[in-house]
Amino acid sequence: MRKKEKSGVTLNRSTAGTAAMAIFIVCYAAVMVLPLILMISNSLKPLNELWIFPPKLLPTNPTLKNFKDMFIVMSNSTIPFTRYLMNTVVITVAGTVGNVIISSLCAYPLSKMKFKGRSIVFKTIVLALMFNGSVTAIPSYLVMTKLHLVDNLLAIILPAVSTPVGLYLMKQFMDSSIPDALLEAASIDGASQIQLFTTIVMPNVKPAWMTLILLSVQGLWNTGSSTLIFSENNKSFAYAIQQIGSAGISRAGVAAAASVVMMSVPVIVFVISQSQVLQTMATSGMKD
Amino acid sequence: MNKWKNIKEKIFSSNELVAYIFMLPFLVCFLFFTVIPVFSSLGLSLTYFNVMEAPRWIGLENYMKLFLDDSLFVRALANTLVLSVVTGPVGFILCFSMAWIMNEFSPKVRAVLTLMLYVPSLGGAAGIWTIIFSGDRYGLLNSFLLSLELIDEPLQWLTDSTYMMGTAIAVILWGSLGTSFLSFVAGFQNMDTKLYEAAAIDGIRNRWQELWYITLPAMKPQMLFGAVMSITTSFGIGDVITGLFGYPTTDYALHTLVHHLSDYGGMRFEMGYASAIATILFAIMIIANEVVQKLLQKLGN
Repeated sequence: MRKKEKSGVTLNRSTAGTAAMAIFIVCYAAVMVLPLILMISNSLKPLNELWIFPPKLLPTNPTLKNFKDMFIVMSNSTIPFTRYLMNTVVITVAGTVGNVIISSLCAYPLSKMKFKGRSIVFKTIVLALMFNGSVTAIPSYLVMTKLHLVDNLLAIILPAVSTPVGLYLMKQFMDSSIPDALLEAASIDGASQIQLFTTIVMPNVKPAWMTLILLSVQGLWNTGSSTLIFSENNKSFAYAIQQIGSAGISRAGVAAAASVVMMSVPVIVFVISQSQVLQTMATSGMKD
Repeated sequence: MNKWKNIKEKIFSSNELVAYIFMLPFLVCFLFFTVIPVFSSLGLSLTYFNVMEAPRWIGLENYMKLFLDDSLFVRALANTLVLSVVTGPVGFILCFSMAWIMNEFSPKVRAVLTLMLYVPSLGGAAGIWTIIFSGDRYGLLNSFLLSLELIDEPLQWLTDSTYMMGTAIAVILWGSLGTSFLSFVAGFQNMDTKLYEAAAIDGIRNRWQELWYITLPAMKPQMLFGAVMSITTSFGIGDVITGLFGYPTTDYALHTLVHHLSDYGGMRFEMGYASAIATILFAIMIIANEVVQKLLQKLGN
């Protein structure tokens, strides 16, 4: 969308420098992925290979037994693992969809309409970027109690639909990706604000949707144990997986398999959304 | 029917009202789960409150107790400051320099590198680090160092307070190429190459000059955003440490403000005291952000 083609002019950059940078970044990236490779490799190792000395990077007899065991362990628990999985799916899908819709609705007036209080709302959002959920965790618990939402999945979903960072990225993207003239023309043709929003704004901010989807899924899919949820029935998949991992070394392979399963979802979402996320991030800058 | 239509038209012809209606769902959630919690935290920090009885006003007593009477708080504060002063700026510089280096390569290579560097920040891989840093000879790092004969016996990476801080910093930095990193990658990708061409004509000689005179000023908005992300994350460190070292850490060597907060708020239900900790954490985050914003604004001016 905003990409510029590289032109032919040669810049004053040394070849040696480029080579050094290439070597450096490849080594760095290798170090970064090494733990992930170890994780995958451990998930494929049979138990007798997990604890040999010296440890091996790759499994000699790769097996999917750990993944099978994971499902056996989970289905033998008092609460079937599908229940945990379902809770996480509900939290993730509802939180993500809600976040995209509610943030877009809020970002549109902030970006394109004139009204009293616009700058104060946006300034408050930027201020809210500067602290995170750990600060508000305690009083949030009290608010949830007052709203009778404790032990309800909504206690996880509702705060997740109004993230300052999601709104901020959406608004910045709208600023630069939707020309005012387009909205003006449509509104002269008689389109209402709701029509403008559904027919012009939303289709044009798809990259920003993908970004909000990525950030939401990343946050919600990993939802672990929370003080807000106490009954076992309402606990999440990440929590169930954590319980497996804490069972000690006999379950090390199963724990690795569980980590692989946990990580695969956000990774897949990122692979799908990467180019659109980068389009959105190009507009993430803070103006003075 | 007609009357209703008239009312509807009236409402929707006023842009201002439409704007408020659009923003309503977000702002209601934001009010309940961010604004009210922040203010009630400020208020409750001046009270004794155990959830069972009504809050009782005690003025600044919680704060006095924190600083004068709670050595664990002082340690948590110190640990949080050390962790964030190291991982915040180093993480930020890592994000920026990796994005800068990557920008030299073709879009395909860049996409693969972005994926490789970003994935650790997705979280959920703490388990593998416990195996890498395991304190016996089977721990991957120990066995590697033993085989190179750099150490004589396995080191207790996760329980010996000499190494714990280093271990934590390494793992945190490993996962630090997150949102700010993506913001930088995108920023570089969209830089106007004409700037570089013009600069080459104007006598910019090498990539360092290019970085200093052109790239840094052009990337300033991205850097301001990235700094906010890095600072906010680095002061909120807690879960990574619990995932890696358990809770509490040996001798509270890595006890942070987030831990102290959830200890008092989530376990002892001393909400007033916990709110005082939250308020201090809040103040630190805001002040650090504002100061760094001011500093970055000056860059290149």
